[in-house]
Amino acid sequence: MLTVEKLEKQFVSHVLNGKEILGFSPVSFSVPQATALGLSGPSGTGKSSVLKCIYRTYVASAGTIRYHSGAGDWVDLTLLPENELLRLRRAEMGYVAQFLSVLPRVSAVDTVAEPLLADGVPREEARDRARRLLARLGIERSLHDAYPATFSGGEKQRVNLARAVIRPPRLLLLDEPTASLDPGSLQVVLDLLLELKAAGTTLVAIFHDRSIMDRLMDAVYRMPEKGGETGQLATRTSSHET
Amino acid sequence: MTLPPPIVQVRGLTRRFGTGCPACPELTGPAAETNQCPRCRSVTACREVSFELHSGEVLGIVGESGSGKSTVVRLLHFDLAPTAGEYRLNLNGAAAAGLPWLEPGQNLFELGPHQRRQLRNRLMGIVYQNPLLGLRLKVTAGGNIAERLLMAGWRRVERMRERAADLLARTEVPVERMDELPRHFSGGMQQRVQIAKALSTDPAVLLLDEVTTGLDVSVQARVLDLIRSLQRELQIATIVVSHDLGVIRMLTTRTLVMRYGGIVEQGLSDQILEDPQHPYTQLLVNSTL
Ligand SMILES: Nc1ncnc2c1ncn2[C@@H]1O[C@H](COP(=O)(O)OP(=O)(O)O)[C@@H](O)[C@H]1O
Ligand SMILES: [Mg+2]
Ligand SMILES: [Zn+2]
Repeated sequence: MLTVEKLEKQFVSHVLNGKEILGFSPVSFSVPQATALGLSGPSGTGKSSVLKCIYRTYVASAGTIRYHSGAGDWVDLTLLPENELLRLRRAEMGYVAQFLSVLPRVSAVDTVAEPLLADGVPREEARDRARRLLARLGIERSLHDAYPATFSGGEKQRVNLARAVIRPPRLLLLDEPTASLDPGSLQVVLDLLLELKAAGTTLVAIFHDRSIMDRLMDAVYRMPEKGGETGQLATRTSSHET
Repeated sequence: MTLPPPIVQVRGLTRRFGTGCPACPELTGPAAETNQCPRCRSVTACREVSFELHSGEVLGIVGESGSGKSTVVRLLHFDLAPTAGEYRLNLNGAAAAGLPWLEPGQNLFELGPHQRRQLRNRLMGIVYQNPLLGLRLKVTAGGNIAERLLMAGWRRVERMRERAADLLARTEVPVERMDELPRHFSGGMQQRVQIAKALSTDPAVLLLDEVTTGLDVSVQARVLDLIRSLQRELQIATIVVSHDLGVIRMLTTRTLVMRYGGIVEQGLSDQILEDPQHPYTQLLVNSTL
């Protein structure tokens, strides 16, 4: 449902007199629906930038990102008009960034409930569902009404993840969402992601944790070295839930 | 996948101050790096500005002071007349009902003054940086809102008072201060009264011009939070003008970047902030980080 072909990214810094900085070397992979693809490779090879190009936070320099939308048509996310892309983001895409940005002065429960409210779910029901998801992710009840800006890294990550999946997206982009989680929370997050996948969500994700990669991913794409050949797509055989 | 047509369509919006000369288009704008023509000294405050605003969307316009942002907003509010350009509204049934003379696809700049005023009163809300432009400081807060309702065709005094009280409550202005003069209010509260006034007629399009500029940081935060929560609740198509990228980040989903009267870049707001393409946008983003 997602096919990335010869995707390239260069940043041109006009502040540095037009200096070109390579985001990543050409990337090609394909992800079937309801499967998970892991991006792997040393830091600096552009894994986060690939996710940002898919989400259109970054403008791709070359290549295509073909996406099979919920409406049933194939669209190129690099070319889609902005308003249609925004509609897709709202309706069917989730993205959890590596660096956490929480909304200022919005409580955890409202942060998580917001996508439901935008969908027209009544406020009390939305908040109720948000609380249940936060609780499942191990966020203490007493924190639900506090501002996530004051939370620990691991708590913020779980709030951001909860916000991204409260309304299960068709395509979920995850950038090291478990980097600061303890083993207990890690297991809870893994179970949640496996459930989403079983229910039809397609995932493209970066995890530095090998055990998650092994248990969640159906395939792993190894990023090309900078300036190198294209990367390697390897399908895993041991990935299915036991 | 077809989206409904945009609620606002603007094409080639241009406003020049001064007599102008044939060299103006060539010698002003982003490429010329000035908005003032060296031959005739006329200022082209905005030029060839084209964009669309979709229903429920919040569009940002960012740029340094003097780049033409306020001029665009004032043209859209008919506070100023354009030198050139087209301006179209696609209204849904309810909003169009009160305006039977409005032809679909009509260029609003071709309408007469009476019709423009009617459009403004019924369909638009504006909040200016300077409360003096949006409020009459010698009329009570409630009276300011009632005046606006009157212009939009409301007649019953009791209903107008109810509406004013309701709006003031929603914008967190203590209702017991409804009969006080806004000139005794703090800057933040004056802005909230302006917002209440702008929203009182359920506008189809809301224009916010540097609403928080000049307020203390904590007051700014409160006004921004208010705008955010009203946006979520009311989903009015809104244009947010600001020189402050923090405001753009917090409120908007799509952004136009203006310089010397022209649009130099437009994109999703997170893209503008994280992967700016134009040299000027890069400078703007780098200087605020
Ligand atoms: N009434 C006017 N007469 C002459 N010049 C004007 C007038 N209004 C605005 N300008 C000029 O037009 C340019 C754009 O101004 P403005 O739209 O207020 O910019 P911004 O809102 O981006 O700060 C500026 O150079 C300004 O001095
Ligand atoms: Mg201005
Ligand atoms: Zn001239």
